[in-house]
Parts: sequence; structure tokens; C-alpha cells
Amino acid sequence: MIEITNLHKRFGKNTVLSGVNLSLQEPGIHAVLGPNGSGKTTLIKSILGMVCPDQGSISIGGQPTGGQWLYRKDLGYLPQIAEFPGNLKVGELFRMIEDLRQQPAAPEPLVERFGLQPFLNKKLSTLSGGTRQKVNLVLTFMFEPPVYILDEPTTGLDPGALIALKELIRTRVGSGALFLITTHIMPLVEEMAQSVIYLLEGKVYFEGSLKTLYTLTGKTHVEPAIAAIAARHHV
Amino acid sequence: MFKIVRYSFQDLLRSRWSYVYFAFYLLLGFVMLFLNHDLAKGVITLMNVIIILVPLIATIFGVMYYYSSREFTALLLAQPIRRSRIFLGQYLGVAGSLSLSLVLGLGLPFVLYGLFRSPAIWDFVLLLVTGVFLNLIFTALAFLVALSNDNRIKGFGYAVLLWLFLAVVYDGIFLLSLILFEEYPLDSFALGATLLNPIDLSRTLILLKLDISALLGYTGAVFKAFFGTSLGMLVSLGVLGLWTAAPVAALVRKARHKDF
Repeated sequence: MIEITNLHKRFGKNTVLSGVNLSLQEPGIHAVLGPNGSGKTTLIKSILGMVCPDQGSISIGGQPTGGQWLYRKDLGYLPQIAEFPGNLKVGELFRMIEDLRQQPAAPEPLVERFGLQPFLNKKLSTLSGGTRQKVNLVLTFMFEPPVYILDEPTTGLDPGALIALKELIRTRVGSGALFLITTHIMPLVEEMAQSVIYLLEGKVYFEGSLKTLYTLTGKTHVEPAIAAIAARHHV
Repeated sequence: MFKIVRYSFQDLLRSRWSYVYFAFYLLLGFVMLFLNHDLAKGVITLMNVIIILVPLIATIFGVMYYYSSREFTALLLAQPIRRSRIFLGQYLGVAGSLSLSLVLGLGLPFVLYGLFRSPAIWDFVLLLVTGVFLNLIFTALAFLVALSNDNRIKGFGYAVLLWLFLAVVYDGIFLLSLILFEEYPLDSFALGATLLNPIDLSRTLILLKLDISALLGYTGAVFKAFFGTSLGMLVSLGVLGLWTAAPVAALVRKARHKDF
């Protein structure tokens, strides 16, 4: 579904991605791991077309994305930092994005699930960080695209909301969606991910299922396994 | 795109600033008429204020809006919308709301003063048209500067410098060079120099229409001698159009290759 070949990107002198190759075909959850500054967000933003790569190509569902925009209707994106126009109300934001996207949206069940009803008539600038993240989640999940890209989805969520989010992801995976998730929460990866992509200094150091990762490194948890891979390449 | 224009416009209507500008122009209109007691004289005094202030307000407001709507922009960029539409839409929203403040704010006092029964009506209309052009031009320039600078202090600085250059410094350099090179034929130089600055061009355009030779100055006189009054006005309106199109085109180009 997502095919990335030889992706390069530098910001000034700083090389962020240097030759990323990725092919994600199976529906399910693909976790992108890597330390801060390893290029995870840049990779995600390249897929979304928010960052223009210097070299290489990305295609989604067989269609190259360079310079295109319509393919974004097949993507649901959850940004890392939830920033919204401050003088809109929560309900208005949902309606506005629905109107701009021209796709049927169902925010109500999600609003209920995340307990956002009391905030619908509040201005976005008055919300707390966790509530913003919930609004962010509703915005992403109120459509049903085939591909979801979530950048640190768990930031600021309370346990209840986290459980609701996991359920939501499982339901969507069940109906055949593909998730690309960046996270630093390893238990979440072990619990849910089908495959792991380990990014370091702008290169893919490992791509494959959790099982392959464990057999390759002889470890039984993601954290030490990832550390082992990083160490192996640095020796 | 019109949806984005609408949302930007709505967003601006909610912010205090649109009303502040509207009130400012309203006050300006009433004060000018109160001081001049005459529509035609009011237009002339107003011209001098408008060609300096409208660009300043458009510059500052354009930069301010761009930086304060970055979150909105980021949200839109992830949606299935063309990039050029996002930025054109926001630009038109800002320039449109500024122009509305200008036209309503100045129009109201003049209409109340009996504009429709006055021969000065077309002078006034031209004044507003020029004001709208200046809004379009300087909002586009402001967006362009803001888009090129992620640091908002720098962006503000460059935008204000650009205004200062076109509104004040340019004229100084121009006059200085006229004095320094007075022994040479300077007609075509003066003509070119006027066309290259939208503020000078607006001033010339209005003065041509008002037909006050005493105020026309050297460049205006050259302009009039070269083009004649009606052709001169057409040419200056056309060049104002070009002045609008060029930064808008640059804006779209810049937006297409920017990383967010």
C-alpha cells in the first residue's frame, strides 16, 4: 500500500533522511521506532506531502504522491503536537474539517467514547493538552480512510482514553486498515504491532515482524532487541 | 478554495482587528470631512493618508495573520486540498477583509456627506480602487515575506523594512538621483522609477484623475506628458494589476516547495 524508494531529505546542512526504502503492503499496525531526531516525523510528513523530499519517491496504492494532493483523502493523520486555530469551537472544528474534506464523517460516537461532549462548545484555545489530543484523535478517526498515520498518538492521554484508542485501532485494523505509528512506548508496540521499522540517523536499520526481530537478536522484548540492533551497527 | 477564503474570512470577522481597522477608517473619513468641509478636498487629503497607511496596515496584518494561523495551515496541509489553494484562500481572506474594512469605513462617512450628489464621486471611487489594489499588493508581499521566514521576528522586521523602503526611502533615493543627475534627460528614468513602486504609482494615478497639476510633481508631469491623462490612468491601473499578480505568483511558487 505504501511504497517508499530511496528517500533523501536534508534541512540545510542537517541530513535527516538518507536513502529510506520501505514497503508496507499488509494491513495492520506498523510501528516506526527510533530515537529523537532519527527522522520519524520527517518520514511521516514526506508521506503526507508536507515535506518535499530531495530525492526518491513515495507511492500509495500504486500512485506516486509527488506534487499530488487528492491521495490525502485516503490518509488519516494524527500530528504529534495538536495545534488548532484557537478561536474555533470544538464542534465547529469537526464540521469545518468534514466540510473541507468532502467525505462523510461520524464524530458523534467518538466524541462520546472520549468523553468530549462537555467541550463541544468550548474554544480550542481553552482546552488542556490531553483534551486537545482527544480532539485530535476524533479528527483523525471520524473518517474511515484505508491508511492511518499516527505520530505519537498516546501523548497526554489518560488510561481510559488510551484503552479507547487501542480498541479503536483494533476495530479499524479488523476492517482492513493500515496503521503507521511512531511511538516511544515499547509495551504498546509489543502488544499491538505487527511489524517494526527501526529508523536511525535517517536509515532503516530493521524492518520486519516482531518475531523476526526476536529471533535475529535472541531477545524477548522490543527494547533490548532494538538496542542490540543499534549496537551491532555501531561497532 | 472558496471554502478556505470563507473560513479565513470568518476567522478574521471574529478577531477584533477587522473591527479596529473598520473603526479607524470610519473615524479617518469623518475627521477628514469635518476638517475639509468639502468632498473633493477630502479626497485629496485622504489620498495622502491612504497611500502610506493602507500599505502599512496590510503589511503588518498580513504578516500577523500568516504567523497566527500556522496551526490552521498545518491542519489544512494534511487534508486533501491543493497547497496553492490553501495559501491563495488565506491570502484572499485577509486582503478581502482588509478591503472590506477600507471600503465600508471610508465609504460610510462620504455617502452620509452626500457623495452620490457630488461630482467627486468618481475621484472617490478611484481612491477606493487604488486602496484595494494596495491592500492586495501589500498583503501578498507580507505573505511572501512571512512564508520565506519561519522566524516571526525576522519576518516582521523584513516586512516592515519593505514597507519603509517603498513608502519612504524609495522616494528619497529617487529625488536624490534626480538632483544628482539633473543635467541628463531623466524622463524615461522617472517613468520607470514610478512604475517600479506601487505607492508612487498609486499617487500618480489618483493625481492624474484629480487633474491637479500643482500636486502632480515631476514624475506625474512626465507621466502625463508621456501617456496623456486617460492612457496614463489605464497604464497605471494595468501596472498595479501586474504588481498584484507578481507577488501572488511568487507566493504560490514558494508555497509549493516549502517544508512544514
